[in-house]
Amino acid sequence: MALFKLSINNRAYDADVERDTPLLWVLRDNLGLVGTKYGCGIAQCGACTVHLDGKAVRSCVLPVSAVGKAKVTTIEGLSEKGDHPVQKAWDEVDVAQCGYCQAGQIMTAAALLKEKPKPTDEEIVSTMSGNICRCGTYHRIREAVKVAASKTN
Amino acid sequence: MQTLEQTSRRNFMKIAAAASGGLFLGFNWTNSSALPVVVDAKSIAAGSINFNSYLSIGTDNIITIVSPNPEIGQGIKTAFPMVVAEELDADWKQVKTVQGNLDTGIFERQVTGGSGAVPHSWERLRKAGATARHLLVEAAAAKWNVPATELTTENGKVLHKTSGKSASYGELAEAASKLTAPTEVKLKEEKDFKLIGQSVRNVDNHNIATGKPLFGLDFYKEGMLFALIQRPKAFGLKLKSVDSAAAKAMPGIVDVVTFENSVAVVGKSTWQVKKAKDALKIEYEKAAELESTADHNRIFTQLMDNGEATVRRKDGDVDAAFKGAAKVIKAEYQCPFLPHSPLEPMNFFAHVREDGVELVGPTQTPERARTEVAKLTGIAPEIITVEITRQGGGFGRRLSADFVIEAAHVSKLVKAPVKVVWTREDDMTGGTYRPAVRYRFEAALDKNGTMIGYKLRGVGMNSGNSTREDNFPSGSVDNLLIDSVEHKSPITTGPWRAPITNFLAYAEQSFLDEVAEAAGKDPVAFRLELLEKAKKSPVNAIKYDVDRMIAVIKLAAEKSNWGKKKGVFQGFSVYFSHRSYVAQVGEIVMQKGKPVLKNVIAAVDCGIVINQSGSLQQVRGGVVDGLGHAMYGNMTFKDGAPDQSNFNGFRLIRMNEIPEVDVHFVNNGISPTGLGEPALPPAGGAMANAFYKATKQRLRNQPFVNEEVFKGIS
Repeated sequence: MALFKLSINNRAYDADVERDTPLLWVLRDNLGLVGTKYGCGIAQCGACTVHLDGKAVRSCVLPVSAVGKAKVTTIEGLSEKGDHPVQKAWDEVDVAQCGYCQAGQIMTAAALLKEKPKPTDEEIVSTMSGNICRCGTYHRIREAVKVAASKTN
Repeated sequence: MQTLEQTSRRNFMKIAAAASGGLFLGFNWTNSSALPVVVDAKSIAAGSINFNSYLSIGTDNIITIVSPNPEIGQGIKTAFPMVVAEELDADWKQVKTVQGNLDTGIFERQVTGGSGAVPHSWERLRKAGATARHLLVEAAAAKWNVPATELTTENGKVLHKTSGKSASYGELAEAASKLTAPTEVKLKEEKDFKLIGQSVRNVDNHNIATGKPLFGLDFYKEGMLFALIQRPKAFGLKLKSVDSAAAKAMPGIVDVVTFENSVAVVGKSTWQVKKAKDALKIEYEKAAELESTADHNRIFTQLMDNGEATVRRKDGDVDAAFKGAAKVIKAEYQCPFLPHSPLEPMNFFAHVREDGVELVGPTQTPERARTEVAKLTGIAPEIITVEITRQGGGFGRRLSADFVIEAAHVSKLVKAPVKVVWTREDDMTGGTYRPAVRYRFEAALDKNGTMIGYKLRGVGMNSGNSTREDNFPSGSVDNLLIDSVEHKSPITTGPWRAPITNFLAYAEQSFLDEVAEAAGKDPVAFRLELLEKAKKSPVNAIKYDVDRMIAVIKLAAEKSNWGKKKGVFQGFSVYFSHRSYVAQVGEIVMQKGKPVLKNVIAAVDCGIVINQSGSLQQVRGGVVDGLGHAMYGNMTFKDGAPDQSNFNGFRLIRMNEIPEVDVHFVNNGISPTGLGEPALPPAGGAMANAFYKATKQRLRNQPFVNEEVFKGIS
């Protein structure tokens, strides 16, 4: 066990865990930030996507010891009031069916728009194809990313 | 009949407190003809009266309704309150939905499965809303001393147009609560619906988009331990010995317990428990045949020719029809086992105490969960509570209670509150799969190309009846024989979204295309010809409505401009399942010499569409699911062990692989039927039939990507 000092959603957290513990499980089991989801544990589905210094990463394969001083953003911290353009677009387009994958989808989309505020259709599809939605809400995910992009300056 | 003293009390109290007085309406879920009654909030809270479910209107104008059925992504938690709000003329913005917990005294059919919740509850929900509206109008009439007939309602208000008076439902709720509920209440006509048929957003959108703890896997309770279970790695093995010394010595581990063929590692965090589980040393021994996929293929062939078949339906004289046929067409279709792969893997919380059991988690069948846990623990069901969380998909997997029983088992052994979590690997290799099935179809045509004989034999692995003998084309063919053979395999199976028809529909619709071609007829015209025959002179009993089936076929043909598009290869498919009718046209275009499925046009008859937004997505999602599994879904076995254990080996469809899905609903005013399943079955057939048009190759086995013709294409 070792003590890790983490910066998550602009707040300092301490986690006393083993070095190899994936960030996902530290968030979920130790810190109670359960918005980040477990889906596969091998970086295949994207449900666990968080931002590390603004970039989308798969927290299920990221050992907590590798986080260092990087700033972690989870779905809980994407915006204070749940009004990030991507979150709003997800509601406007009514994307979710079961909703389980959507935190990961939103985090992936938000990172894409941060890097490319006006992505092409191809860029949206190729980026979002890394995230699985078992309910098959892909049409609306694609549309919601476009809606969010249209409202981002 | 239970009272509030029992399971629902806690939940109710929360809402009663929030609503702080007002109109409480009890209504009976168990009998659609029974009318709601006004219930005194105080006596409900005191637990002194029996009631059924309720709708409450608070003095703060908040309208609360309990939605009893588990929400797995089918949209019930939005659709149910919409129906109540419609008849109530409520302001939708003031409606709150609460997920009900298991309460067999209040709710009937508290199940998510078979696309059955809406048809079951439609009348009940409408009467609840209409009765509450009636009482509010009566209260206003008394208050203003005007005849009730002069009053109208809209947006949560009662209006008196002549005097210009208006009162909100919240203002009238107290007075309305003192009136007696009417014995008869008039429901709206469909033309007067304002909310039903609109697009209403999922009531949990905000919570989902902000990462609130909604799901079973998110549930946490002080003192709760985490458990992972090592189950036999192959179907047909049983536990011989366990060496858990190393696992027990690892950090965070509280205990390792064994029951039946399972070894549970219990500890303080998921990751610690996972590492300790990997450190278990377990020996297994053979308890049954360790079957491989090659064995299944051999068994299919053997049983297809020599199996002892159960006759499911027999019309006319098939032997004579085939003997006298001008042409005979015969083909076999096969599909593999499939895991359900809900993105939230199985998990459940259990706390078994001497004075009762607390169960919390994602289940499609809370009552079954309770019954099974009662059986296991010997504790009376009356003191077992089941709290239903939102569920990260179900697809039929959560109809089983195995994962709930396990959680109770572990909690009982370690005498602590425990959440059993399945890793993706546990979930995918844990069984209850969609059964593998092979079908053989045979058709006899006379010299005019009329289908005079039809035979279907299904051979399935733990599939039960792998046919749906009273579905189309039954009723349209004079001589017909449908039978099935089942092989009992150690590999466990269970219902998978649109059980049996999820594969049968594609096989049948693809085969009918083969027959149409042999008859020299257009696929749509051929189907319509069969249906006309079923309408004019049906052969024995049929379970589908011929006119509704004809209507979706015609609508899909019209919307897809069937047979008239240049450079587009169209494939047709139509299926009746779970009380609804869906026709689909798949459209393939050649891009760089490769066939690409660009569009699917779907015509859907599920009766009245309650929520346009939810229903549209349900159809699109069903098509995507059907296509994805037809294209890529494959589970194979070696010596009883699954070859695929996670999404690297088991391929799910992704955004870059979907066609556009264009959805058209039939507007016929018929009471609504389910939509969770019906859009899925036809998808594979629409794809396969379009593929044939484009390539002259039939896709007779799933997954399509493994077919010889497909190699090098996708």
